[in-house]
Amino acid sequence: MFAAAGDAMLSHGMKQTGNISIHHLQSVILAILNPWVAIGILLLLAFFATYMTALSWADLTYVLPATSLGYVLLAFVARFLLHEHVSPLRWLGIALITGGVGFIAGGPALTEHLHVECSEANSPLLSKTANDGTPSEVKS
Amino acid sequence: MKDLYTWGGILAITFASVVGDVLLARAMKQVGDVGALWRKSGLVTVIRRTLGNPDFFFGVTAMAVAFFSLLFALSWGDVSLVGPAAASLTYIGNAVAAKIFLHERVDRRRWIAASLVAAGVALLAG
Repeated sequence: MFAAAGDAMLSHGMKQTGNISIHHLQSVILAILNPWVAIGILLLLAFFATYMTALSWADLTYVLPATSLGYVLLAFVARFLLHEHVSPLRWLGIALITGGVGFIAGGPALTEHLHVECSEANSPLLSKTANDGTPSEVKS
Repeated sequence: MKDLYTWGGILAITFASVVGDVLLARAMKQVGDVGALWRKSGLVTVIRRTLGNPDFFFGVTAMAVAFFSLLFALSWGDVSLVGPAAASLTYIGNAVAAKIFLHERVDRRRWIAASLVAAGVALLAG
């Protein structure tokens, strides 16, 4: 939600700012002063904090699909709030992207399996837990 | 020409995002479970350990490059194209990079899903 709202506000702000020329890079700095762009940046920072927290206990290829809901939200925001034209083909594309990442999210949690393997390599205590399925922290 | 700029921006976002994601993922694995660390040692320790990680610093730098690429791309193209296209291409790039650099298991199921995402991107570009 943070990512979708942030991107939408950035888009709205950048459309107000106008096209940025490579020869006038200072216009990028001025764009940040636009309130919509500033709020968009704050929302994306909130997304970043939650994303980092998730990455601390799950794999990148597990966390990323979980953000797929943002694509759907973004399409609705673009269509109904920013009044952009979203063609049927684009809707289908968005559906395929969402389906693809949802397909992964619905699969087995390889993340935990990988973590157990890493833990086994690094910790003899946890290698015991993989055998009987009881976490060492619980045992102690 | 505008489409060329838009897709150039999308590719720049993708490359910088993949580099950033891989570095940040590696940094957060080194930091450890944020929730557990917070309960055990407090928020200050979490922040200090995260910000003090070199991978985190370089990851954020790469993300900053991706962000400014996003600003450029959004000024040239629609958010409903730039957002999903860059994000889905980033996902495919991340799957490859995570397998190579983070040694994550990317099985057949995940490659099929990556193909679905790639098809979605192709439709978005149409």
